[in-house]
Amino acid sequence: MTAAKAAPTAATRAAAAPAAATLDPYRVRADFPILSSTGNGRPLVYLDSAATSLKPQAVISAMDDYYREYGANIHRGIYQISERATEAYEAARAKVARFINAPSASEIVFVRNATEAINLVAGSWGRRNVGRSDSIVLTEMEHHSNLVPWQILVQEKDGDLEFVPFAEDGTLRLEVYEALLHLGPRLVAFTHCSNVLGTINPVRELTEMAHAAGATVLVDGAQAVPHLPVDVQAIGADFYVFSGHKMLGPTGSGALWARRDLLEAMPPFLTGGDMIREVHLRRAEWNDVPHKFEAGTPDIAAAIGFGAAADYLMDLGMEAVRAHELELVRHALEVLAREVPGIELYGPAAEQRGGVVSFNLPGIHPHDVAQILDSLGICVRAGHHCAMPLHESLDLAASARASFGAYNLPEEIDTLAAGLREVIRVFGG
Amino acid sequence: MDDLYRDYILEHYRHPHNFGVLDSPTASYEGSNPLCGDRITMMLGISDGVVQEVAFTGRGCAISQASASLLTDEIKGKTVEEIEKLTPEDVLELIGVEISPARLKCALLSLDTLTHALTDEDEGPQAEAAPAQGTAEE
Repeated sequence: MTAAKAAPTAATRAAAAPAAATLDPYRVRADFPILSSTGNGRPLVYLDSAATSLKPQAVISAMDDYYREYGANIHRGIYQISERATEAYEAARAKVARFINAPSASEIVFVRNATEAINLVAGSWGRRNVGRSDSIVLTEMEHHSNLVPWQILVQEKDGDLEFVPFAEDGTLRLEVYEALLHLGPRLVAFTHCSNVLGTINPVRELTEMAHAAGATVLVDGAQAVPHLPVDVQAIGADFYVFSGHKMLGPTGSGALWARRDLLEAMPPFLTGGDMIREVHLRRAEWNDVPHKFEAGTPDIAAAIGFGAAADYLMDLGMEAVRAHELELVRHALEVLAREVPGIELYGPAAEQRGGVVSFNLPGIHPHDVAQILDSLGICVRAGHHCAMPLHESLDLAASARASFGAYNLPEEIDTLAAGLREVIRVFGG
Repeated sequence: MDDLYRDYILEHYRHPHNFGVLDSPTASYEGSNPLCGDRITMMLGISDGVVQEVAFTGRGCAISQASASLLTDEIKGKTVEEIEKLTPEDVLELIGVEISPARLKCALLSLDTLTHALTDEDEGPQAEAAPAQGTAEE
């Protein structure tokens, strides 16, 4: 087992407290070294967790320990530090499996990010199972990562894409979805939580409907797992993908969960070392799942950090994380609407959204908004957030986005509101 | 406050010079940064190798629009030969505030659009306008 030194953290303290149902963000913040740094001489107000989250000391230490103490390759060496690395890597897989309640760790494939997971499914399962005139149903709120791989697949196979639009309140139009399912799609793929609108989609219901129509289901959980309790068995989908770096883990970490029978039937995606059982000059046999999909030396440190992040979040308790972020979103929707004249807010009510609030100020481009906020030490995203079709359907060129994590405070949202008033003042509003 | 938003930049953004359309431009081009939604259409009236008239329309961030305002002022009355020698550095000097790498595309959209308009003029009037190439993001 990995012998990462356990520094006392808010997470372990929370775990020690019996049934801690609430989260103390001030104690959480103490676990994030970057939050004690200052940008422009001001405290860092980080409101871009939907792009990537900050990392707690527990994650940084887990990776540091690997490099300092047992930085050998995995699944190879007959020596102690290699065996220790293999154990830590496989223990991380088990932690990630437990985090989403996967039935087995062998159903977790480590990848670089959610994007790579979707490319894997499109390139492996998709190439084999989607044919001429077959259709794939997506939604108009997808991130480019859950759109472009399917565009390429149907172009190659001469298939079709269909899209579920969303209503003015940012929720999917289920009556259109139902109608599209009558086409008998091979695959339905949708986001669990929109990275722009924040909409939490009814994934269980969407999955049941798709299965009843005979479709296979992929859920993009990149924006859900950092913020909500996720149980892949309860959702019932066939594929669930997510990134580690958005859930307090390191960049370069991500996971594909898939039902074991699907993984076993799928051909390899990348090929080479570690994914084989035996190799001859003119043929090879594949390793068991999940190793069949992990060709070459993986990002071992990132996987170990990913496991540490899953542990950290499980210690905080995802119910508590969700409750805290719901309060932040409620506060944001109320304060921004009340204190920032003319602000346009996009997406559904707080109860139906993850920790994301996208907005525009009238007559001011979001890049200008973000640049002035940056000079005040506030980090927000501006642009189309890798969701150009979503912005087209809102008839917007771009938007600004504030997004939250377990470490954010209501006071930071007040700082954002004051910053936005300053933007309006600079632009002579 | 951010140095980028000096009064004269905001003044050019709010009240851009040469904003409008030409009735019969000898060259025009619509450029855009699809990734941020900045858009500029540059129209030129060239005779005897000299830019006699220039106008632009567009929408986008303050930097992209102020840059177009400043650049159109700069090229009026200049020869095509002189304009073709303009470099990105010249445009950044016109803008006069430090531009961060993330905002360079905004600042230089006007020059890019102008260059395309002149190229199209060389190849014959009213060439098909196409958006400028953006670069990948995230």
